[in-house]
Amino acid sequence: MEKETCNFSFCAKPEVVEIETDLLLIGGGMSACGAAFEAARWATPKGIKVTMVDKAATDRSGAVAMGLSAINTYCGENKVEDYVRYVRNDLMGIIREDLVFDLGRHVDDSVHLFEEWGLPVWKMGDDGFSLDGFQARDAGKALLKDGGKPVRSGKWQIMINGESYKVIVAEAAKKALEFNRTATGGAQNHFERVFIVKLYKDANVPNRVAAAAGFSVRENKIYIFKAKAMCLGAGGAVNVFRPRSTKEGQGRAWYPVWNSGSGYALGMQAGAELTMMENRFVPARFKDGYGPVGAWFLFFKAKATNAVGEDYCTNAEYLAEAKAKYGKYVDNLGTAIRNHLMMKDMKAGKGPILMRTDQAMQAINATFKEKLGEKEGAKKVKHLEAEAWEDFLDMCIGQAGLWACKNIEPDKAPSEIMPTEPYLLGSHAGCAGFWCSGPGDLAGTPDHYSWGYNRMSTVNGLFMMGDIVGASGHKFSSGSHAEGRIAAKAALAYMADNADYKPAIKQTADEVAAELYLPFETYEKYKTYSTDTKTNPHYIKPDMLQARLQKIADEYFGGISTWYMTSKTMLDEGLSLLEMLKEDSNKMAASSLHELMRCWENFHRILSVEAHARHILFREESRYPGYYYRGDFDLIDDTNWKAFVNSVYDADTNTWTMKKIPYAQMVS
Amino acid sequence: MPSFVITEKCDGCKAQDKTACQYICPNDLMALNRDLMKAYNQETDQCWECYNCVKICPQQAIEIRGYQDFNPIGGNVVPMRGTDSIMWTVKFRNGSLKRFKFPIRLTAEGSVDPFKGLPEPDFSKLKGPGFFNYEARKE
Repeated sequence: MEKETCNFSFCAKPEVVEIETDLLLIGGGMSACGAAFEAARWATPKGIKVTMVDKAATDRSGAVAMGLSAINTYCGENKVEDYVRYVRNDLMGIIREDLVFDLGRHVDDSVHLFEEWGLPVWKMGDDGFSLDGFQARDAGKALLKDGGKPVRSGKWQIMINGESYKVIVAEAAKKALEFNRTATGGAQNHFERVFIVKLYKDANVPNRVAAAAGFSVRENKIYIFKAKAMCLGAGGAVNVFRPRSTKEGQGRAWYPVWNSGSGYALGMQAGAELTMMENRFVPARFKDGYGPVGAWFLFFKAKATNAVGEDYCTNAEYLAEAKAKYGKYVDNLGTAIRNHLMMKDMKAGKGPILMRTDQAMQAINATFKEKLGEKEGAKKVKHLEAEAWEDFLDMCIGQAGLWACKNIEPDKAPSEIMPTEPYLLGSHAGCAGFWCSGPGDLAGTPDHYSWGYNRMSTVNGLFMMGDIVGASGHKFSSGSHAEGRIAAKAALAYMADNADYKPAIKQTADEVAAELYLPFETYEKYKTYSTDTKTNPHYIKPDMLQARLQKIADEYFGGISTWYMTSKTMLDEGLSLLEMLKEDSNKMAASSLHELMRCWENFHRILSVEAHARHILFREESRYPGYYYRGDFDLIDDTNWKAFVNSVYDADTNTWTMKKIPYAQMVS
Repeated sequence: MPSFVITEKCDGCKAQDKTACQYICPNDLMALNRDLMKAYNQETDQCWECYNCVKICPQQAIEIRGYQDFNPIGGNVVPMRGTDSIMWTVKFRNGSLKRFKFPIRLTAEGSVDPFKGLPEPDFSKLKGPGFFNYEARKE
């Protein structure tokens, strides 16, 4: 097929704005906000410019845009080594222990700052019951940093009133950026609604990132940011597999629907080495609304059972079978294994699987009334009921809406739970991402874990943070913020060691503009060929690009339709179909700036999924039963595969290099 | 649960410097019809129901209607976000109501002074662990 090109014969040429900065932060979520805060403090006295570019409005961008009801990583009274053990266990034995330990020893400071900036944190009352942020303040409870006692919903989690969590964190980041801008000069160092499409290597210095290009989604403008170092925090990949929802409901993804794989695709195209892209997360959540279950399991002590009340996690037959295939990994009943056991019941027709919210609330009701008497007990139960609703209203409002629409009151009726479609991410309970340098100062660090600058990828000057740092999950919101700070500080150290560097790229501004605006050119060239611009043989609109990707991923790479099952033959077939989709991305067509963003977002999704499939293909075992299965290797094989799988994508030749990297255990 | 805009209430934010819902939507869904000067959700199957457009609308013109591929008609959830707390009204399909009020922040909006009271960076520690204001924990 003939390739489409853009020479602006059909669409108007946009203005190209070139911005010279020193440190560029790509993304606006928790990690980028952490990076802005830390970088501004170190950079400003040295006259170093820090610039943030966000595809949305930073007050409500990234995974915390809606809010959160808990901070899932706060070490507090716990040992950092225990944090490493917990993450290692939940991620089936393969993590970068140096990165996870490093995260654990830093994360608490970010939580302390959030509270000082105004985030309401629940505290333990003197009577052993929880106090919300207002009650704790009015009772004169100390801040966490001064020894205040949080309400733990689990060993690592603390409860918050987090509707405005992101707004508060963004306020500090924006002020820090402004502090940097006024001291270092420059008209603007915070760009909202600019979507970064591609990173460019330096024209003269090998393997060094030099520029990032994107476009405004509000006006016809291309931006080329040249920088001496970059921190990339553009998020994980959502809606890459066919979702369970059939129409409107596909927006109700469990993870934010705007996480379009940009973090992965940007780094991959620059040649950064990936690790553990075979990992995915398949959360078991309240069905359809995808409301969180953590507080119900951990805080309200609710049990999940099959339809006849049996606990699938204690089924002796299932456990014996799982143990034979997956060995010791079954013993601790991590998240993947619990999914595996749940699906055994579902496949046996013992569903629906139910979260027994009713039984949990009734048990609490009885305990409270016994302890406190009828009147005081009832008051506490009412407070607890509000806490249960707040869990949804803070972070998954649609689930509250679904309960309202279905007349479900959680204290009276159980609710169905269900494993979702797969997600690719590295900050929540997954670890798909890039191979990054660790801090290097921890005892037992092997040479291949550290190359001088913390969180730097294998591309010089390109630092990773949040969802795209590989083999280091369970950071969550607070850990992503802390990781942004770690990465930004290391990037400044890298810049100090390479002070004479001036970024230059070989592409001209016109070439960059032509590449980014190709979907406009294609659309304008062909749009009158048919009577309806939607259906046209010359191009593909972004929604159909996404639909084909989701269908391929679902049917061949172990999505919901095969109960997460795949194999070499299925992966090979899917990859050949994906290759044609990649070719077709040359014919993406956009009729508006909004669609132009959707085109490139979906291109980023395609690359993310390809990495995922190639890693699953290379790893000849089923490391994450409950998340995916290799039918041809349905076992965990520690002898051969207690190792990382790494890969490098060469965008120029469209080829992949795969390899196995040895594991190092640093914590007993 | 895609957002929808109530025709009578939306004034296109013509008195504001920008259209509030369009400004805030994390997924670039809200658009302004300039002929009508009314906002609308241009891609309802990509709506995460984050409610940020609902919360920010100065006219309270935006609500959420449950995704009809799994929500029966009739329930809804309406927030009223203030400066320090948020009020929620949950209306069930059967007409019953629940109301909740939760804190959202303990400081005034815009009052964060990020570096106030925090130390200057010590450049001799740029390469080690820790932040400018915090020494990494040791076991």
